[in-house]
Amino acid sequence: MIDKRFKIANKIFKSRLIVGTGKYKSFSECAKAIKTSGADIVTVAVRRVNISNKNKARLMDYIDPKKITYLPNTAGCFTAEDAIRTLRLAREIGGWKLVKLEVLGDKKNLFPEMIETLRSTELLTKEGFKVMVYCNDDPLMAKRLENAGAVAIMPLAAPIGSGLGIQNKVNIKIIRKQTKLPLIIDAGIGQASDASIAMELGCDGVLINTAIAKAKNPSQMAEAMKLAVISGRKSYLSGRINPNLFGSASTTTKGII
Amino acid sequence: MNIKNKIKITVNGKQMQIIPKFTLKSLITKLKMPLNKIAIELNKKIIDKNRISKIQLKKGDKIEIVHFIGGG
Repeated sequence: MIDKRFKIANKIFKSRLIVGTGKYKSFSECAKAIKTSGADIVTVAVRRVNISNKNKARLMDYIDPKKITYLPNTAGCFTAEDAIRTLRLAREIGGWKLVKLEVLGDKKNLFPEMIETLRSTELLTKEGFKVMVYCNDDPLMAKRLENAGAVAIMPLAAPIGSGLGIQNKVNIKIIRKQTKLPLIIDAGIGQASDASIAMELGCDGVLINTAIAKAKNPSQMAEAMKLAVISGRKSYLSGRINPNLFGSASTTTKGII
Repeated sequence: MNIKNKIKITVNGKQMQIIPKFTLKSLITKLKMPLNKIAIELNKKIIDKNRISKIQLKKGDKIEIVHFIGGG
């Protein structure tokens, strides 16, 4: 079966794996992992420049935004106003309109504050942003985000950075059934098999940061994730067998001696 | 320049002193910030980077200069 192309807001991307650029030991380690991951979208955050150390290395010196799509996020924002301010600044740096909205409601579990997230999606869409939305795995809220103009639905698998893997497969499957928008698992992936499972559930892509950045060998884990996403996607498209409670012999009994 | 004529501003949460009629462009140049990699807010309003040479800083101005860092 030929796969349809991975398209977000009418732009085609080659890789279904999106990677984050946070938590790496160094920019060079980050750049190396991104390369092996094959990702063509990376998430980035907006923060104050260090005015006392003018020669400090910058992310943009290591990861060329002309070669890879920067997806500015709103990490650390707790209100729609914070998120909008952050993304307006991101847009001003270099014209980015495709953004990742992430409005948190709790500093400990890092769950999304969905009322503010929905409000932000509406406001940002009106301003011309193409909003990919980090959200909980609630199908009703996912529908509301879609109606508000989101260009991608990005439910969590588990809390950000937890590495717990997909906790609620049923909800992800229901969201898959109801939306034609790109569905991307964002947060909670721990190992390559989690990424495969996400793709086997019918997701269009996976966003991974901590599981790669904090692995003992980030570059190798990045490659594992790349292969897992490809593998899971192919598995999904190939039409799996029906699960059976009992065995079914692979070898015929015909001609048995 | 007499110290009394200096103007206090805040840049990224830190106090700085500048001379009168100092422009936003002079500030960015002084801080050696690459314009294509930053965004600037003056008193919570985003500033068009093409206009910074026309903006003179005033006492108490709050400037934020941001860039991209690693994030998830």
